Amino acid sequence: MLTRRALLKGSACALAAVAAPPRFLARAALAADGRRKVLVAVFQRGAVDGLSMVVPYGDRDYAGARASIAIRPPRAGDAGAATDLDGFFGLHPALTPLQPLWQSRALAVVHACGSPDTTRSHFDAQDYMESGTPGVKSTPDGWLARAATTLPAARSPFRAVALGPTLPRVLRGDAGAISLTSLERFDVRGAAEAAVARKGFESLYEQGVQDLLHGTGRETFEAVRMLKSANASRLSPANNAEYPRSRLGESLRQIAQLIRADVGLEIAFTDADGWDTHVGQGAEQGQLANRLRDFAASLAAFSQDLGDRMADVVVLTMSEFGRTVAENGNRGTDHGHATAMLLLGGGVRGGKVYGRWPGLARERLYEGRDLAVTTDFRALFSEVAGRQLGIAKPATLFPGWSGGSAVGVLS
Amino acid sequence: MMRALAIAFVAVALTGCASSRAAAGAAAPTDDAAIVHVLSRLAFGPRPGDVERVKAIGLSAWIERQLDPARIDDHAAMQTISVLPTLTMTTAQLQREYPRPDPRQKSADPQMAPRELFQPAPEKRPIRIVAELQAARIMLAVESERQLQEVMVDFWFNHFNVHAAKGEVKWYLTSYERDVIRPHALGKFGDLLRGTATHPAMLFYLDNWLSARPDFTVPVGPNRGKRAGLNENYARELMELHTLGVDGGYTQKDVTEVARAFTGWTIDRPRDDARFVFRPLTHDRGEKTVLGTRLPTGGGREDGERVLDLLLRHPSTATFIATKLVRRFVADEPPPALVERVAATFRRTEGDVKAMLRTILASPEFWAPEARGAKIKKPFEYVASAVRAVDGHVADPRAGFLLVRSAAEMGEGLYGAPPPTGYPDRAEAWVNAGALLARMNFALALTQGRLPGVTLDLSPLAVDRAAPDAALERLLAALLHGTASAQTRAVLVAQLASPEIRRQTPDDRGPANTDVEKLAALVIGSPEFQRR
Repeated sequence: MLTRRALLKGSACALAAVAAPPRFLARAALAADGRRKVLVAVFQRGAVDGLSMVVPYGDRDYAGARASIAIRPPRAGDAGAATDLDGFFGLHPALTPLQPLWQSRALAVVHACGSPDTTRSHFDAQDYMESGTPGVKSTPDGWLARAATTLPAARSPFRAVALGPTLPRVLRGDAGAISLTSLERFDVRGAAEAAVARKGFESLYEQGVQDLLHGTGRETFEAVRMLKSANASRLSPANNAEYPRSRLGESLRQIAQLIRADVGLEIAFTDADGWDTHVGQGAEQGQLANRLRDFAASLAAFSQDLGDRMADVVVLTMSEFGRTVAENGNRGTDHGHATAMLLLGGGVRGGKVYGRWPGLARERLYEGRDLAVTTDFRALFSEVAGRQLGIAKPATLFPGWSGGSAVGVLS
Repeated sequence: MMRALAIAFVAVALTGCASSRAAAGAAAPTDDAAIVHVLSRLAFGPRPGDVERVKAIGLSAWIERQLDPARIDDHAAMQTISVLPTLTMTTAQLQREYPRPDPRQKSADPQMAPRELFQPAPEKRPIRIVAELQAARIMLAVESERQLQEVMVDFWFNHFNVHAAKGEVKWYLTSYERDVIRPHALGKFGDLLRGTATHPAMLFYLDNWLSARPDFTVPVGPNRGKRAGLNENYARELMELHTLGVDGGYTQKDVTEVARAFTGWTIDRPRDDARFVFRPLTHDRGEKTVLGTRLPTGGGREDGERVLDLLLRHPSTATFIATKLVRRFVADEPPPALVERVAATFRRTEGDVKAMLRTILASPEFWAPEARGAKIKKPFEYVASAVRAVDGHVADPRAGFLLVRSAAEMGEGLYGAPPPTGYPDRAEAWVNAGALLARMNFALALTQGRLPGVTLDLSPLAVDRAAPDAALERLLAALLHGTASAQTRAVLVAQLASPEIRRQTPDDRGPANTDVEKLAALVIGSPEFQRR
C-alpha cells in the first residue's frame, strides 16, 4: 500500500529545503533554555469511570445512583474516603499519590469531557478520539501524527514515540512515529552476528518501493542508531522516583529516559487498560481502585523522576467515554458518555476542575443515563497542542471542526 | 445425504454466479505463483517441496481436500501435541487438577509464562492450561496437514475473542476452542454463534453470566438478599463485533432489549464444573422489541435464541462476516463487489463457511495480481510461515512456547487480546519500528539455532555453500518463490562480498564457505517475507 507518508518520507529533504518553518513557530516550541517541550498522552483504554476517578460528591444525585460503588465523600479523619479538591469534587482515594501535585497546582482536571459522537462502542470511540474526527471513520491519520508533522524544529526519529507493541491510531500517518516496548531491546540482537545482520537488514529496507514496510524500516534504523549514541536506557530514575512494575509504569519510566536523554522527543503516547468495569467495580477499594492506584503511582513517579524538567512537560490523560451514572445489576457500570481527563505538568494551571458541570439529575443526563459532555475533547486537545507544542492553528488538527471556546487549562 | 445436499448447494452457488469464474479449479490459474499464493492464504505458507506436492495432486484437488479436513490424515501433527495433557480434559477436570493458585501469587499473565512451565515436573498452576493451548496452536500451525482448518481456527477465535487473563476464562478456554471454535471452523456460522453464546468462556468474558432481570434479589443460598440486574456488555458486543457490525443498524435501545433477552443465560457451578444453564428465575419475562421484532411476554430461554436467529438472518451480519473473510483472504481493503457476493452466499447458505470460502476462491479478486502478496503477515502467521519455510519442526511444547513468545514480542500474544475486538487484520496495526525489529530478531534467532527444540533443515539450501551466487539463488527461490524485488536481490548480492557471509580463507585462495544461515535470516527478515 502506497501511503502519503511513504511518499513524504522519500522526499523529506526536498520538502525541508522548500518549506523551512517560520522562526517564530520554532521559538514557540522551545522552552526558555532551548529544550523542547514535550506532550505525553496517556490513553485509559476501556472507558474509565470519571465519576469514581474525580468524584462529584457535592452533586446531590451522585451517591443515590450508586448504592454500592459510590466513593465516600471527604471527611476529616477518614483517610479511606475521597480527598477534597474544591468543595464539590474529590479525588478517588487511590489517587492520593497525585494529591501533592494538585496542592502545588501542577495537576488540573477537565470534567464532563468527551466526544460529541453518540457511540458507546469502545472501538469506534477510541478510533474517533485518536483520529480526532468524531463520527468520521475514513480519516487516514491520527491527530497526534498531524500535530507532529506541523512541528517546526529539526526532525528526530524520536520526535513522536508510542510505548507499546503496536503503533496506535493516534500516531499513524505521516509523522514517522515509532513504537517500541523496550528501549533496551530496541536493536538487532545476537552476539556475533548482530553487526553484520543490522547492516544487512538496514540495506534491505533502505531501498526499494516507497511503502509502509520500507518507510517504517528506514525510520527504525535511524532510531536504532540515535538511541545507541544517546544510551537512554542506562539512565535510571532520578530523585528516588519509584515506578510501579506495571506496563504503564514501565512505559512512563522509559518516556522519562527519552526526555532526559535529549533525543528530540516532543510527543509521547502510551496506554493502560483494565477500565471496562462492568462487574464488581468496587468503591474505595476493589478492582477500579487497584487500576487507579497503578495509574496514580505511575504518573507521580514520572513527575518526581523528571523533577525540574517537568516544567517542559505536559501529561494529558484521556479515555474513549465514561460510564453509566447509575451502577448496573452487577455492582459495575456500563458504557456511558462523558468522563474526566487529567493534565499534569509545566504550563498547567492546576489546582482547578475545569469544564461546566452538567449535573447528575436524571433530566440532565445524556439519553437519560449518562454524564453529558460539556467540553468537546477537541477543545481540550487543540488547546494542549496549541499551548504546549506551539502549533499556530491547532483547530486545524481536527478536520471538520471550526474550534470552540478555550478551556483555559494551560497558560 | 448431507453431502449430496451440500454439493447441490455448491452447484447452485456456482451457476448462480455467472460473473465470477466458474470454479476454483476450472478457470483459476494453476501455475507455481498461483500455488504459492494459495499456500500463503489457505495455509501458513509453503514448506520446501509443497509447491511440487500441490502440483502433483492438482491445485483444485488440494483446495478441496483442505475444505474437508476430516479426510486428511494428520496423525503426525496430532502426535506432537499428544504430550499436552490438558488439551483433552473437561473443564471440570481442569478446574480440579489445575486449581486456583495461592491468592498471594499474582494472577498469571499468559504472555509471561516462565520456561519452567514445560519442565518434566508438571506445573499445576492454571497458567499451564493457557501455555499448553498456546504451544498447541503454534505447533499445529507449523505441523498440521489441515492447514486451512488451522487458519480458520485462528480467524474464528479472533472473531469471537475471549481473553485468557480475565477471571475464570483460563479454565474454560480449552473447551471453548476445542468444542466450539474447532468443530465449526469450516462449518456453519450459526453454530459458532450459538456455541459461543452458550459457552462459559464467552458468558464469563462478556459478563452475561451475571446479568439478571432488573432488581432481581437472590432468594436462597449464601448470596441470599443480594441484588443483581441488567448487564449489557455481551448484548452490545454480540451485535457490534459478532454479527451486525457497529454500523449494522442497532440502537442503544436494542442493546438494552437484547441484554434483557439474554438474562438467565448463565454458568452453573462456575468454579468446579462450569457449564451453561438457563435460569428462569433471573430471566426477564417481559415483552421485548429487538430490531423491530416483538418478543412476547412470558418468554424464557427462547428469547435469547430468537435474538440469535434474528441476528443470523439480518443482512448486516452477512455483510459484516463477508467483509472480515475477504479482508483475511484477499486484501486489507476488501473489494466491495466480492464482499457482496460472499454476503449473498452467506444469506443463501445460512452462513456456510465453506461455501463462502468457495465464493472467494472462485473470484477474480482472489487471483488478481494486485492481491498477490498484498497482506502483511500477522505475527502469528509470520512466525509459523518462517518455521515452515526452513522446513522447521517444533520438537516439543517448550519450543512451541518459545515461538508463541516471539509472536507476542511482535504484538500478538495468543489468547492475550484484552478487548473483545480481538487482534486487527490490517497492515498498519503490525508494521512499526519495535515490531519490525522483533521480526528481524526472530529471523536471526530461528536460523542461528537459538530457539531450542525448533529444528530446521537448511542443508538442502546449503549444497552450494562453495558458490555464493548459486547459494543465494537457491535461498531466494526456496524462501521468496520469485517475489524478491530487484533491490532486495541487489542488497543480498552485495552481502555476498562481505567476509562474514563469504567466510573465505584469509588468503582468498580457498573456496568460499557461504554463511547460508545468516543469508536465510536476512531473507526471512526482508520486506518480501513479511507479506503473504
